[in-house]
Amino acid sequence: MPAPTATSSDAAPNLIEIRGLHYAIGGRAIFEDLSLEVPRGRITAIMGPSGCGKTTLLWMIGGRVKPDRGQVLVDGQDVARISRKALFQLRRRMGVLFQSAALFTDLTVFENVAFPLRVHTRLPEDSLRDLVLMKLHAVGLRGARDLMPSELSGGMARRVALARAIALDPDLIMYDEPFAGQDPIAMGVLLSLIRKLNTALGTTSLLVSHDIHETASIADRIYVLSGGGVIGVGNADALKDHSEPQVRQFIRGAPDGPVPFHYPAEDYRRDLLGEGA
Amino acid sequence: MPAAELASRVGRRALDRMGSLGRASMLWGLAVTRLPRWSEFPLVVRQIYNVGVLSLVIVVLSALSIGSVIALQFYTQLSRFGAQEAVGVGLAVVLLRELGPVVTALLFAGRAGSAITAEIGLMKSTEQLSSMEMMGVDPLRRIVAPRLWAGFVSLPLLTAIFNVVAIYGGVLVGVEWLGIDRGAFWSGMTETVELWHDIGKGTLKSLVFALVVTWISVFQGYDAYPSAEGIGLATTRTVVYSSVMVLALDFLLTLSMYGDFK
Repeated sequence: MPAPTATSSDAAPNLIEIRGLHYAIGGRAIFEDLSLEVPRGRITAIMGPSGCGKTTLLWMIGGRVKPDRGQVLVDGQDVARISRKALFQLRRRMGVLFQSAALFTDLTVFENVAFPLRVHTRLPEDSLRDLVLMKLHAVGLRGARDLMPSELSGGMARRVALARAIALDPDLIMYDEPFAGQDPIAMGVLLSLIRKLNTALGTTSLLVSHDIHETASIADRIYVLSGGGVIGVGNADALKDHSEPQVRQFIRGAPDGPVPFHYPAEDYRRDLLGEGA
Repeated sequence: MPAAELASRVGRRALDRMGSLGRASMLWGLAVTRLPRWSEFPLVVRQIYNVGVLSLVIVVLSALSIGSVIALQFYTQLSRFGAQEAVGVGLAVVLLRELGPVVTALLFAGRAGSAITAEIGLMKSTEQLSSMEMMGVDPLRRIVAPRLWAGFVSLPLLTAIFNVVAIYGGVLVGVEWLGIDRGAFWSGMTETVELWHDIGKGTLKSLVFALVVTWISVFQGYDAYPSAEGIGLATTRTVVYSSVMVLALDFLLTLSMYGDFK
């Protein structure tokens, strides 16, 4: 890896800057004037209730979804306005861990991790093998190299996907709900992996999740989204005593509060007595 | 207002159809303009195996059966006039011009087209296409284009194999079993069948069918709603749309190729 040179973009403290983002699907506003920053070399988490657009935000950073208004700057480049070629170049510097792992089902574990290397580099076969084994070793699955994705448990599949995501040594790793549906051991493994990769590779990590305890334990900065914008930002301790009651409710996981327990309905008594509409 | 509602429903349906036609055209345009690079050649070969070689069994079996029943029917009719030697000519012309390209295309849609749709649909629903895209790899280039090219190469070859095997089936029934004179059977065929008029135009038909069937299969997979039900629906649609298109196009192609009989 070449020594880092002092270009203008390297000097910027934030790898990702989102400014005044507006986005709506089918008339429903997902983001309204959303702004946030992801600092380099840190773990930033985006939290919020289901359906608040967390995953959509990852797609926008990856340039798969274009915002209606506003800017998504990744390393100083406006993702929605750069050419397709530049976008594909930029994506090589991003690793994404999908919720479903998204391994290629017709390839072995080894070939899955080798895939980005084969497509984007012209490494000789033995260097490629070394690299793949190093990545698999980092996630503890060097011994599983010959298995097919169908033979892996959910946690293992996610670790293979992580090895694949870091195959090209990306500057940014995005995790889409990494803890969803994992057993406690797999969860612990993933947590320590995310932290280790962040410090060892010096990558910037962006985590989208609604698992509060896990996220709070590793994130340097947490953004809480709701209603299309950021309602709270800070580290976990700061958010627990946040002045906004909705943020407190979310971080503490209280069933009722500003976000009501009940889906909007007409009066309970009237409904039971059959007097409603 | 039922009239207004009907109008809006018809309009919405039409817009939906136009939309998917537009998306299909864009998909095809984008995939085909990305000509395969040498490094992608193995991908095309692998797909030729998947859609072509794996369809061989059903194509050969159907050809054998169709060739022999046609020979049988021709024989029963023609032998009433003592013209059973013409079975060879009739068989060859019917197969090369019509049944070969059409039946092979229908079989191809059912065997390979549905598999392409299901595979791409499943890749989409398990986020494999998205993850590829996020790795800076174009799924149109990596997934769609090799399947389009493979279909385009395989179907005409399968059609040729179908024709040969079906004629062999006709020989088995007509010559070996029913006892048509071997020399008359073959010489009638070789004298009448023309390279361009019969074989060339039939191949042209199968190229058109290959284009349409693989396009429909790939698009239905790519555009499938990413759920179990969505993939099931898309697979069904591939077979239905492909079959209808093949039969309709065959009629038009026959009219324009052989329509000078008035």
